[in-house]
Amino acid sequence: MTQDRIRNFSIIAHIDHGKSTLADRILELTHAVSDRDMREQVLDSMDLERERGITIKAQAVRVEWKGHQLNLIDTPGHVDFTYEVSRSLQACEGALLVVDAAQGTQAQTLANAYLAVENELEIVPVVNKIDLPQADPDAAGRELAELIGDDPDHVLRISAKTGVGVEDVLDAVVERVPPPSGDPEAPARALIFDSSYDQYRGVVAFVRVVDGRFSTREPLRAMALRTRFEAEELGFFSPTRRESGVLEAGEVGYIITGLKDVSRLRVGDTITSEKRPAAEPLPGYKEVKPMVFSGLFPTDSDDYPELRDALEKLKLNDAALFYEPETSQALGFGFRCGFLGLLHMEIVRERLEREFDLNLIVTAPNVAYRVKPPNGDWVEVHTPADMPNEVEEVEEPYIKASIIVPKEFVGTVMELNNDRRGTFDHMEYLSEARVHLTYELPLAEIVLDYYDQLKSRTRGYASFDYDVIGFRPGKLVRVDILVGGEPVDALSLILHRDSAYDRGRMLVERLREEIPRQHFDVAIQAAIGARVIARETVKARRKDVLAKCYGGDITRKRKLLERQKAGKKRMKQVGMVEVPQEAFLAVLNLDGEKKS
Amino acid sequence: MSGGRHLYVHLPFCAQRCGYCDFVTVVGREAQHAGYVDALLAELELERPALSPELDTAFLGGGTPTFTEAQELERLLAALPPARELTVEANPETVTQELARMLRRFGVNRVSLGVQSFQPHLLQVLERVAQPDTVRRAFYHLRDAGFDNISFDLIYGIPGQSAATLEADLREALDLGPEHLSCYELEAKPGTRFTHAHGAELERQADAMETYFELVVDRLTGAGYRWYETANFCRPSPSRDLRAQHNLAYWLGRDYLGIGIGAVSTIGGRRWRNTPRLAAYIRSLDGGERPTRDVEPLSPEVLRRERLMLGLRLDEPLGLADLDGVVDSSAFARLQQLGLVRSGRDATGGPTLELTPRGRLLGGGVTADLLA
Repeated sequence: MTQDRIRNFSIIAHIDHGKSTLADRILELTHAVSDRDMREQVLDSMDLERERGITIKAQAVRVEWKGHQLNLIDTPGHVDFTYEVSRSLQACEGALLVVDAAQGTQAQTLANAYLAVENELEIVPVVNKIDLPQADPDAAGRELAELIGDDPDHVLRISAKTGVGVEDVLDAVVERVPPPSGDPEAPARALIFDSSYDQYRGVVAFVRVVDGRFSTREPLRAMALRTRFEAEELGFFSPTRRESGVLEAGEVGYIITGLKDVSRLRVGDTITSEKRPAAEPLPGYKEVKPMVFSGLFPTDSDDYPELRDALEKLKLNDAALFYEPETSQALGFGFRCGFLGLLHMEIVRERLEREFDLNLIVTAPNVAYRVKPPNGDWVEVHTPADMPNEVEEVEEPYIKASIIVPKEFVGTVMELNNDRRGTFDHMEYLSEARVHLTYELPLAEIVLDYYDQLKSRTRGYASFDYDVIGFRPGKLVRVDILVGGEPVDALSLILHRDSAYDRGRMLVERLREEIPRQHFDVAIQAAIGARVIARETVKARRKDVLAKCYGGDITRKRKLLERQKAGKKRMKQVGMVEVPQEAFLAVLNLDGEKKS
Repeated sequence: MSGGRHLYVHLPFCAQRCGYCDFVTVVGREAQHAGYVDALLAELELERPALSPELDTAFLGGGTPTFTEAQELERLLAALPPARELTVEANPETVTQELARMLRRFGVNRVSLGVQSFQPHLLQVLERVAQPDTVRRAFYHLRDAGFDNISFDLIYGIPGQSAATLEADLREALDLGPEHLSCYELEAKPGTRFTHAHGAELERQADAMETYFELVVDRLTGAGYRWYETANFCRPSPSRDLRAQHNLAYWLGRDYLGIGIGAVSTIGGRRWRNTPRLAAYIRSLDGGERPTRDVEPLSPEVLRRERLMLGLRLDEPLGLADLDGVVDSSAFARLQQLGLVRSGRDATGGPTLELTPRGRLLGGGVTADLLA
């Protein structure tokens, strides 16, 4: 098909604003799926995605509408996958910006809309759910038009649920979204905007062909990573897989590569032909690096091999997932894992627990730090225990947070951001009632409970998004926790100097409650280097013996003692001190942290 | 010629059941006392081959042995094989001049008196019948009858107790000057009427129990008593060993035969417990059968662990010669460093182990540590 008959577009919408429903309706209208086959929300193929109302992995679906080939490219819906979103958008010429008529624009929508604008996409504004009784399509439409600098009359009003206005959406895509403008005769170039792994066929790349054409059996190359492979099969989804043999300039489809390692074909890279390679790759490739780290340990240490296998399998499908073995005094053998962000972490954890049936201990997350030891080179540190004692400089990742709230909550949100070492950046009124705030914050300040705090302070009205903007120096210190004079590796933390005292004190208090009394006084200390900043004592027991033991009690007493012994064996020995695993968990566990 | 040299006889009958008690007891049933004593004697006959013809110790426990109908108690005492130490447990309110004389006449040479407390309000909490004066009267009846080895049972950690009332109890006991004292913390069993009634106060007492135990040890050793077992104290005497010889047999891991309902025996690597049901017990023995028993075989390994567990309750060094592999040597080193255990040598140069005074206060935890 000639390029002027092709339209590539994606849908930008906040979770639950109706992206999947609209996609379903489009497939239905274009007869890509028959009513009988119609499955609710076809694009969200994984159970997990369906439950969370988000889409982890982008897919593209080709449909026909009034003589045109429309490629709908699905984008991941969340902040952690900003880079993937940006690559998906780069594969399009246009985007439907969908907003819930009752809820209006949300921070994520805004972030992705800005991404679309940056990628010079034609934006088609759509107000959805106009059938809802509490809908205010006029207000939502005005806000949307203002946001993208468009005429409110251009905003489409639809109900994806009932189908009202969806045909207009398809017409608007054809009319407003420009056709692709690559060179069909130039050396072939295709952008990888997503990939997945099939256990029989290897890595499957989802691509947008920009120039030239690709065909089956052709030797190919990924330009950034210099990975060579052969196109074992080419085609597109509509919505099921259809082999086509060729993919031409402007088209969107898939390439089955036979590669066995997903990390050799990265999103954002450019595929070209080995025989007639392009001189330059498409712009914009960058390597995504994990920013949030956390320890994953099996609750039952016997499950370690299962956890290792599960991570290996997940990694096949998730190039952004990073892991390396970690041994903790407290928790035994596990893995230090790196994630793009908090949601990514949650998803990995849930998949491990659900799909692989593992019980996990997830330690409180920390961010990546850049550290310069005296007379040494900068190194990246992923776990507090690796932070050298002597440091010249430390840098931590910063984010730009984008928050949309009703105006009455601006004060409390500002307060929260100030508490979290935030720097005010910008504030604007999206409408009379709603304000868009931007702040620069250390990522470390949001990894624990920021989002929960934000939600509770704004009664759930705030929406939040962020973008990592780079590393900045910080007054950061490593706080060690000592039990009976022995440092406990797993409990070390990197904290801002100003909050070190409070957090240190909180931790030692928590531990004092969790560590049972011993035969001697046990000091629990928080220290920065050699300086103790908080101290608690678990007082020694003065009595630990049962008074009565006569002929009739001997068996029962022996069993009690054996049980006491077994309890002691389950404890971890820190120097002379016996510490139950639960004590570590109370301090380390993510869930425990959230509660406090 | 071997066999058990220690006999325990359980007499379960009581005038009433005290709320905190978890022993096998039967209230009243005077009509059954005779039948029960018949059954006891029948069981004794059946087990006699396991018993040495001359005993070191015999102990009549309960229940309230002295609540048993006098003629039945006499019949039982008359039929027992001779024992060097013959102890009877008695509740103060049951000890009359006649009873004291009768016990003496039948060879009883030691009485263990269930005093529990000298404070009227604490006795009431324990649902005891005796009053402080009853205790004193019983004590003098026993002395008058010629008893020169009397033991008091005291309980601490009673709801409503304070360090001051415990001190007062100890002082009252010391004023009477018994040869032996057993001091127990109150063990309120979950689910009992007593625990239900005194829940919150029992928790407070559990915290206070730590200091109470120290107080008991401090006052009694201060008064010259020997703290020879975790909860037991005796007067030192140049001519007599006033430790409870019967109980000492348990703590030294000796074989013993127990007869009566709920009684436990340990003989030749087997431990068994008789049925606690009175009617079933009498019925079996009436028919010439042994009563229903729970039997627990004791492996040499388990016996060695029990030797350690029990032996460390005593104030004499425990010989380790036969206890290979029972002690965790790294735990031992750690506990020694903490000043909780001590090693030594016995007369023949064999290694021994004992707890220091602070180690004895922590004996349960320390023993759990030491067990390999």
